[in-house]
Amino acid sequence: MSEGTAKTPLEFHASLVKAIAETGDRAAFETLYRYFGPRVKAVALRQGTDPGLAEEIVQETMVNLWRKAALFDPAKAAVSTWVFTIARNVRVDLLRKTLRPEPDMTDPSMTPEGEPPPSEIVSRAEEAGRLHQALSRLPAEQRLVLEQAFLEEKPHTEIATDLDLPLGTVKSRIRLAFRRMRAELGGGE
Amino acid sequence: MTITHHASEALLLDYATGALDEAWSLAVAAHASLCAECRSALGDMERLGGALLETAPPHAVDDAGFDAVLARLDSVTAEPPALPVASDREYVLPAPIRRYLGGDVGEIPWRRLGVGARQVLIPTGTPGVTTRLLRIPAGKPVPAHSHGGLELTLVFSGAYSDSTGHYGRGDFQEADPTLRHQPHAAPGEDCICLAVTDAPLAFSSPLMRLVQPLIGI
Ligand SMILES: [Zn+2]
Repeated sequence: MSEGTAKTPLEFHASLVKAIAETGDRAAFETLYRYFGPRVKAVALRQGTDPGLAEEIVQETMVNLWRKAALFDPAKAAVSTWVFTIARNVRVDLLRKTLRPEPDMTDPSMTPEGEPPPSEIVSRAEEAGRLHQALSRLPAEQRLVLEQAFLEEKPHTEIATDLDLPLGTVKSRIRLAFRRMRAELGGGE
Repeated sequence: MTITHHASEALLLDYATGALDEAWSLAVAAHASLCAECRSALGDMERLGGALLETAPPHAVDDAGFDAVLARLDSVTAEPPALPVASDREYVLPAPIRRYLGGDVGEIPWRRLGVGARQVLIPTGTPGVTTRLLRIPAGKPVPAHSHGGLELTLVFSGAYSDSTGHYGRGDFQEADPTLRHQPHAAPGEDCICLAVTDAPLAFSSPLMRLVQPLIGI
């Protein structure tokens, strides 16, 4: 594990993933397990998964984190984003037992995107802070929709049913919340 | 190539959270392969997912679970970093579709539907949803029609137009039962597209309806 140079929690987590990729550092792995395991479990439980299966989702997610550590690119994402995608894919695999089609980043038919300007790369940590702040400032009704979508993995049609709202209202709350978050991230319009 | 018709935010969100079933996800993944804008939107949604994961009140994990994971690590093979494949080959179909069909448009078992129209069914794990690749002859007009259910259409080559606009490579259309339209395949090149539909009728998709007069069904 690298020592003392990491400045933010975000950089600290990224340095732990790097240590796993480079030296199979188990202490680094344990730190990430203790931090993300309980959060992945909380999300699984929130979706109504039984505790045994929620525990299995945690374990599978963390094994995948270990296995894919060399694929993690700190310039592209925060560790929390990466863990979110791994846990999501594990849930699709274990609970739904279906495939999850995804774009293949090595596909020659992939439309290239412009490289992000360097300022964007160095500001990942700052961006994470802004994102957390923006989330806390989001109107309650918009935040509720996002939480139901991301933490309970409900499709927007089900959110509409559960909140007893017209589908159009849910869609517009998603649009507003998302637009606000993107503005905060400096992306999109 | 400029994409003007994108997947809706609601659909992208369902895909980003993992709530979207496999068949619909295939359409979103294929569009995102061709559309940097939607890929970027999905990336932002995943960042949002990461932030919400971090702020979720944690729930204690089993210590025995951690020990079990540690014991597994020795037998786990690490994945090497992904390297872009250097290739001069140009594909019509993006990787997610090629993976299901085992090849590009020239290598897959097209079935004739009638006068020049062809299709290949794509099996997915989503019951009640039909996923197919369609090849519609260039320049064919289509009678006006409406939809039985939700339908996603994504164009890979050629183009079609209806009252909602012109759809070329990479363009994505979400049609619900309220849409009544009259697609018209553009002249010059056959229109190859993905159509995902949950309507009970076999030939309920706009593009299948496009085929209907040609094959007399
Ligand atoms: Zn798009």
